[in-house]
Amino acid sequence: SSHEHKLNFKKSKEVCLSYIQDAMLRKQWKRAAEFLTSYIESLEKDFSREYMGPSEIIWRIGTEILCHHSHSSMKEFNSFIEQMKTLGVKRYLKVCLEHTFHLLCNGLVDEAYENLSLAESWRFGEQTAIQDKEMKLIQAYRGLLDYYSWSKQKNILLEHGQDGFEDLSVEQEMHSCFRKAAVNLKEIIKIPGVWDLFVKCYVDLLEFYGDHNEARQVLNEYAYNSKFPANPNAHVYLYQFLKRHGESKKSLISTLKILHDIVPSHELMIDFNTMLQKSKKRKKRRLGLEVIFAALDYAGWKENVKAWSCLARQVKKIVISEKHLDWIKQEWNSRKDWWPTFHFSRYLAKRNWQENESLSYEKALVAGILLGKDCKYFKYISHQGCKAQMKRFRILKKFVNKHNPVYLRISG
Amino acid sequence: RDFNERCAQCSEVNWGLTDGGRFYCRSCHNVTERTREVVNTDFISNTRVQTISKSLRKQEKTDKGCEWYVCEGFQLVLKKQAEALEALGVCPQMKDEILCNFWRRYLQKSKQAYCNRPAGETVKALSVCDSSTDVDSEPETPSLLHFLSLSESEGDLQTDCSFASSASKMSESTSVCSGSVDGSLYLMKNQKEKLRMTMPMTLSLCYMALLWLREPMTLSDLLRFVVEGHIPYLNFFQHFPEKMKLCGLDLKIFYVESWPVYEEVYKKMLELAAFLDLPRFPDITDSCFLHPDMLCMKYLMEANLPDELHTWTCRVVKKICIGEADFLTLVPGNKSTRNVKYDVLAAAVIVVVLKLLFLLDDHYEWLLSDFAGERNKNNKEGGPYFEFKKWYKVIKCSLDVEQKKLDEERAKYLWRCEKPLFYSAKNKSKVLKRRQMVVNLQNQFGKLSGSVRPAEKPHPSSFQLSWSEENTDGNCFHGHSLKGILQEKRGLLTAMNPDYWLCTVKLCNEKECGHLAHYREVDFPQSYHFVLRLFSFLLRIQPSSIHDEVCVIEHKLFNKKLCKKPRYNTVLRK
Repeated sequence: SSHEHKLNFKKSKEVCLSYIQDAMLRKQWKRAAEFLTSYIESLEKDFSREYMGPSEIIWRIGTEILCHHSHSSMKEFNSFIEQMKTLGVKRYLKVCLEHTFHLLCNGLVDEAYENLSLAESWRFGEQTAIQDKEMKLIQAYRGLLDYYSWSKQKNILLEHGQDGFEDLSVEQEMHSCFRKAAVNLKEIIKIPGVWDLFVKCYVDLLEFYGDHNEARQVLNEYAYNSKFPANPNAHVYLYQFLKRHGESKKSLISTLKILHDIVPSHELMIDFNTMLQKSKKRKKRRLGLEVIFAALDYAGWKENVKAWSCLARQVKKIVISEKHLDWIKQEWNSRKDWWPTFHFSRYLAKRNWQENESLSYEKALVAGILLGKDCKYFKYISHQGCKAQMKRFRILKKFVNKHNPVYLRISG
Repeated sequence: RDFNERCAQCSEVNWGLTDGGRFYCRSCHNVTERTREVVNTDFISNTRVQTISKSLRKQEKTDKGCEWYVCEGFQLVLKKQAEALEALGVCPQMKDEILCNFWRRYLQKSKQAYCNRPAGETVKALSVCDSSTDVDSEPETPSLLHFLSLSESEGDLQTDCSFASSASKMSESTSVCSGSVDGSLYLMKNQKEKLRMTMPMTLSLCYMALLWLREPMTLSDLLRFVVEGHIPYLNFFQHFPEKMKLCGLDLKIFYVESWPVYEEVYKKMLELAAFLDLPRFPDITDSCFLHPDMLCMKYLMEANLPDELHTWTCRVVKKICIGEADFLTLVPGNKSTRNVKYDVLAAAVIVVVLKLLFLLDDHYEWLLSDFAGERNKNNKEGGPYFEFKKWYKVIKCSLDVEQKKLDEERAKYLWRCEKPLFYSAKNKSKVLKRRQMVVNLQNQFGKLSGSVRPAEKPHPSSFQLSWSEENTDGNCFHGHSLKGILQEKRGLLTAMNPDYWLCTVKLCNEKECGHLAHYREVDFPQSYHFVLRLFSFLLRIQPSSIHDEVCVIEHKLFNKKLCKKPRYNTVLRK
């Protein structure tokens, strides 16, 4: 603690702030509120030269405290936020936006919508132009809530449709929501940024009303426009769209290729590998092997049975055909130093056998091929499997024993 | 009517007064700018000082308050502070005589009053914030700050010419306003010559008065009472009467946002004493509270140390002659003697005594403590021996608790009060709105705080820590004996500890670096730091200040040895 004896207003408030932060970190909300009460005085002093002034600090800290404090209510929170809105006109829209988020998190969708509409109609001289970005966000979120209403109405209609009822008013409202939503969502996704949620909703709307071209264009823009930040999800959405509409394998593959480049550990890599394995083109199959090896480099995939079965299948095929063993050699080259400990240790063998027999089967096959029949993993698993008199393990053992020379060629 | 000048137009001497209070020539109806002096004794009660307002006309605008001068403001400050001190038990003489006279003398010396022509004070009539240019004083008009009654005619006469020249420098463009008449002027004055009064200096004046009367209140006590709110200082403007409006530059003068610092208040006191040409202060003798023997006793009690240590502090005091009246008494303007900070001195003496008896090198004191502990376990008769370890534990516990409380209080301190301040009428509404919001927010979060803030200020007390022998938990060490650490040598009781380490081998030159020594916690034993920390808390000053004083005392104490053995031994044999 500081024994600073030269104590003035500014220093005193700095110390006060550190007490608040300390209390918040310890989740002592009452104590934080106590010190915040003293800190609030700073509003009466001019701190305009500081990077973050007291009004912003009080807004953020006050919000935190009111979120977590057991005695605070939504009503109190709202009244607090309204005061914060008047405090800093430069921050007005930002506060409105965060207020909206908070209302949504508490399930108060209607209030959130009202809040956004109010904010949309705000005008304040040149500030309106300066806070243009926030305004766009506000409009976008209102569009999102419109989408949400649209979606609800759509579901109502579908239900009624099943029951045989027709509801014109709901239908009309639904269309009006669509229009409102579409306008705003379209606007925001024009600006370079990460707008996953907006894009998804907008595409959903477009698909429903049959405007597939527009939808495709939107997704293409989102994925391929270099002005937009690199976003794996953009490619995922595009892929899903293309798949939904039965596009050619070629276009699907080209989409997923980019995803593989950005996120080799993405869950779609299994689909990707499956597609590539089936391809008639050699290059594609080669890529498939690369993809599945790359995915299994990641710890999150260690126990993924599907992934291992993909790899096992492909490796088996190659071994049986005796063609393209060099592919395996290439892939194994950079991995042979660490994959044995990473995937094929004796400890893992025991654990995999205990926890997941299918996993151990697939892995054992791969291990047997890559490391030979004498490797720890294969030996343990095949022994256990044969002991348990499981047919497939006996077959596996035979297979690996038969193709043991392959291992020598690979490891060389 | 003593206005005997000849009329500029008709050369007659036949004057009357207009409604606005100006003189006009009855013969030719020429109106002059000379105004009638009006005596107004409204708000300053306790002195025989009287002020003069510029013209009757201004007082009609009652909503805008009346004119007041900065020194009147300070007079009010001093008055209220003196009253507060009286409520704390200081004798009424302080307020009625001493402080009063000091203040008068100050006004005289700084030529703000009590002299014929205060220097260079042409006042621009920008007295009220939102008044339109009501400037009706021309540069040639002499200053209106005349004080009647006992004018010790020391002021030198300044001619109108000098006024004109000084005033013309101040252009009409001074749009800065102040509630006081001379606020802007006050801040422009050349400080060095006149020793401009500030809020911290009011405390220096108070302390000076207390010292003159040898009241049992040290400077650290005084400043602590200020911080605790028993003496008005912060937000003093609340105490200004309605008529005295404060705004604009007045705030720079009267509104403070920091607590006074011991060193600064002390320094200013010395400057003031010299400035006022005061004679030697009344002697501080060994029956005075401020004498080191007395103060040591007090601090020993507060620090929960054995009473027996008092003999030792007296011995040290005697040996280095710091108990002499000549050493202790303040002689203003005497630069050759080092001025005495009584509280720091007493604390430092205790620290030195502890070092003498316990060495405080992080080893020896614990060793001695263990011996005493053993003895106390086996032998219950004759009262307990003082155990350093036990004392350390008890004090550390209390000190940590109190320090934590103090730190939290400082962090939670509310600097603003209900009465808001504005720089000008323009931002008045803005300020009020802000104030309202602050109050609302404080209410909202105050409710979420859980605990109720104690509404009253703590009862003022001279002792911050108190220990009672009646307490059965054995936490009071006053009656403990030092037998365990003393031995008899040739009929004299001396410490068993044969060694001593000096805080510093050589003292710094104060004029060059401002300090006599440089204290860094890591350079010294932890026990030493702990003891410094204790007194630092009690006196509310930095440990380094006490450390400086300790160094000085040690150098006096071991003066002979230091002269003999120059370089190597920092550990001395006593």
